[in-house]
Amino acid sequence: MLSAKITCNSHGQDSSYFIGWEAYEKNPYDEIKNPNGIIQMGLAENQLSFDLLESWLQNNPQPAAFKNHNDQSIFKELALFQDYHGLPAFKNALVRFMSDIRGNTVTFNPNNLVLTAGATSANETLMFCLANPGDAFLIPTPYYPGFDRDLKWRTGAEIVPIQCSSLNGFRITKSALEEAYKQAEKQNLKVKGILVTNPSNPLGTSLSLHELDLLVNFISTKNIHLISDEIYSGTVFNSPSFISIMDVLKNRNLVNTEIAKRVHIVYSLSKDLGLPGFRIGAIYSNDELVVSGATKMSSFGLISSQTQYLLSEILSDNKFTKMYLSENRRRLKERHEMLVQGLQKSGIRCLQSNAGLFCWVDMRHLLSSKTFEGEIELWKKIVYEVGLNISPGSSCHCSEPGWFRVCFANMSEEILVLAMQRVITFVESTVKKNSQSRHQQLLNRNASRRTKSLPKWVFELSFQRELIATDER
Amino acid sequence: MEVALNNNKFLSNIATNDGHGENSPYFDGWKAYDTNPYHPQNNPTGVIQMGLAENQLCFDLIQEWIGRHPQASICTPQGDFGFKEIAIFQDYHGLPQFRAAIANFMSRVRGSRVKFDPDRIVMSGGATGAHETLAFCLANPGEAFLVPTPYYPGFDRDLKWRTGVQLLPVVCESSNNFNVTLEALEKAYDNATESNIKVKGLLLTNPSNPLGTFFDKETLETLVSFINDKNIHLICDEIYAGTVTSHNEFVSIAEILQESPNICKHNLIHIVYSLSKDMGFPGFRVGIIYSYNDTVVNIARKMSSFGLVSTQTQHMVASMLLDNDFVVKFINESRTRLENRHDMFTRELAQVGIGSLESNAGLFFWMDLRRFLKESTFESEMAFWRIIINEIKLNVSPGSSFHCSEPGWFRVCFANMDDETVTVAVSRITSFVLKNKMLEIKTKAKKQCWQKNLHLNLSSRRLEDILSPHSPLNSPMLRAQN
Repeated sequence: MLSAKITCNSHGQDSSYFIGWEAYEKNPYDEIKNPNGIIQMGLAENQLSFDLLESWLQNNPQPAAFKNHNDQSIFKELALFQDYHGLPAFKNALVRFMSDIRGNTVTFNPNNLVLTAGATSANETLMFCLANPGDAFLIPTPYYPGFDRDLKWRTGAEIVPIQCSSLNGFRITKSALEEAYKQAEKQNLKVKGILVTNPSNPLGTSLSLHELDLLVNFISTKNIHLISDEIYSGTVFNSPSFISIMDVLKNRNLVNTEIAKRVHIVYSLSKDLGLPGFRIGAIYSNDELVVSGATKMSSFGLISSQTQYLLSEILSDNKFTKMYLSENRRRLKERHEMLVQGLQKSGIRCLQSNAGLFCWVDMRHLLSSKTFEGEIELWKKIVYEVGLNISPGSSCHCSEPGWFRVCFANMSEEILVLAMQRVITFVESTVKKNSQSRHQQLLNRNASRRTKSLPKWVFELSFQRELIATDER
Repeated sequence: MEVALNNNKFLSNIATNDGHGENSPYFDGWKAYDTNPYHPQNNPTGVIQMGLAENQLCFDLIQEWIGRHPQASICTPQGDFGFKEIAIFQDYHGLPQFRAAIANFMSRVRGSRVKFDPDRIVMSGGATGAHETLAFCLANPGEAFLVPTPYYPGFDRDLKWRTGVQLLPVVCESSNNFNVTLEALEKAYDNATESNIKVKGLLLTNPSNPLGTFFDKETLETLVSFINDKNIHLICDEIYAGTVTSHNEFVSIAEILQESPNICKHNLIHIVYSLSKDMGFPGFRVGIIYSYNDTVVNIARKMSSFGLVSTQTQHMVASMLLDNDFVVKFINESRTRLENRHDMFTRELAQVGIGSLESNAGLFFWMDLRRFLKESTFESEMAFWRIIINEIKLNVSPGSSFHCSEPGWFRVCFANMDDETVTVAVSRITSFVLKNKMLEIKTKAKKQCWQKNLHLNLSSRRLEDILSPHSPLNSPMLRAQN
């Protein structure tokens, strides 16, 4: 009766990523009404800098009121504007903004920019343009769970993971690339390209020059595409500074070559400006056929002209955008520190990161068993007992159990502090429980160890280190 | 060329085929207009755009409302729903007040004869996105929808391009005013079956684009029974529901279901709607799927992630369309102005003997220009169309781009310009007709005259004049009709 797409579940909504959301919806934390509720830490939103935008709006009330600089109403013109090439003023302002984020080391041509309703639409549209049903894209793990829906659901494309490991900080390696390509061939899938998120979701790290070079070499050899989802490019708050794929092409003198034509960037204002509701996405491509095809496809998800106009005014205010970008980064850095240090107090480490709205947190030592079942068991405890909605690594297709993505920019400072307190309490009680059972095992194995004369906390710390040491073998 | 070929290998089939439909003549006229657009002061001899089905008649009312309700657009921090809450809200269910407002508006557009459930309202990237999403939900690649001709050219892209679904025509003819007959439906269905194509549904636009007519209750009931018998879906695109001129009442599929709940399985019925035509907001991308099928609502909602309505727009639309005083006033005034514009055109054109299909809705006429064709062929139609663009300087849309089975029909839009431009357009048509020594026939432009007779309404003496061997209007089509 209905299509196969309806009855399959490639929309991905059965994954734990979304189940956590649902648990939160049913029991959301509220300082007054529900202080024991679940704190949302699974939502990669940037809520730190709205005051900056709000004050801009108060000082510049005209654009949101459909008025131009002469205080005349342009409501009619906007209401009628449905040209899929987009509002020129907006595209010009957006490419300028993208360039600012990259320290103006590269510039973008607005004619190569295609506007879409969010990065969700941009990624799907690129798939429709680059892959036939059954073709595959290689994606480094762990990756954003939404890709399963955005890239595969309606397009019929496949994803083959490039397995990354904690042993080297989840960096992309040449052998991992080649292994993934081989896996695709084994499954009879034609590889059409690679998709990376840079900076990475969920890792929060930006790709190193070495990784970027590897990618360029690989796509050059294999004659495939590279999509760089740079949606978090404005959230790089620490060194190393962000290196865009466009920087690499430029520095290697590959601009205007066939290789450059196979490199495409996805961008959005959902993360950098914190405006996911406004559905502002974009595809940037050096291939005019891709630009042309994607532009036509954008008819299925154009950006509201009302929103294009508002953003064209905000982004054209260069003084404001420069101030916003630097202040936003500063606040993100501060918040990131809070989370990292807060977790450290509980003996929990994070992958060292310089970007994003989240940390990639190592809770392997808290697993009751080093399996994905153990991970989900721990995750459920964290959601339902500790009251934090965080995202388990398995939902991001991580190859190793025990890693979690924890967001830090979507709540107030007070709530983050509370969340950290809950973690400390939880870890203390877990370690106690584990130590009681493992303590006995250890004693049995290592009868000569003298522990009773040492204070308890030393024992606990060294015990934890021991656990970690055994994990990392 | 070699580079392009190489690129074709790198890109998908969809990206490199013609499925986007932009090579159709429908768009050629747009291009002609774009290079030489009419402007009363700057370019008075330019091409007047009459190929764009836009509703520009009521912006004064909307602008006045916006002026009086700044909180609808400013998103002030002091409002109930501040900027921050709106900007971070990306729930694909949409703002509750937005859905309530749309349900309210849809109901009032139908004279409050039906109610719509806000929980069945699903957003999409315009009606364009709505159609594609429904095709993804209801059909697999290779399966088909039946669609009566003539139909909106965009459907070829919206329903087929990325979905792999097919559109099969249900041929409608001028001999019965292009009504959809059970016979034509059965024929189309049987043809599909014979070709081993599985039919998944029927797509209707009601009121029709390009005809400007709407289905009467009886015909709708027949169509509903047909799809129920065949157990196929019915997609009703009611995007022009609010453009029905005064003193005529449109019958929505929702009313059929309400009045006769047992007429069919409700699971088969889906409505597409948008604010692009009734309100004149194509730039705001407010598309709606309203389905009576719970599974479709659920999945279409997940798919709406690919084309959500900007919350900035949701907020504004919600404020506007929950203001019932404004809504009622707007709907009535809009219909009155459309009727006036519609009548102005028909009157003027009738005076020079140009007929059109009698219509009570839409933003256009389905104009009968068959007598101007050298031969009753689509080549002649295209040749005459080029004359209309290049000599008369009007961009109109040739019937062939709507898959019309008979040459000589053109869609001419009338609501996308101001009164002065209407006058200019009419005078250009009049001059052309007179210049080419076509008959200047004064007719009584009473509506009942157009009802059954699609030809020029003439007294019998005039008819003989036309049929005289000396008349340049001795077209085989005319002869055949008699």
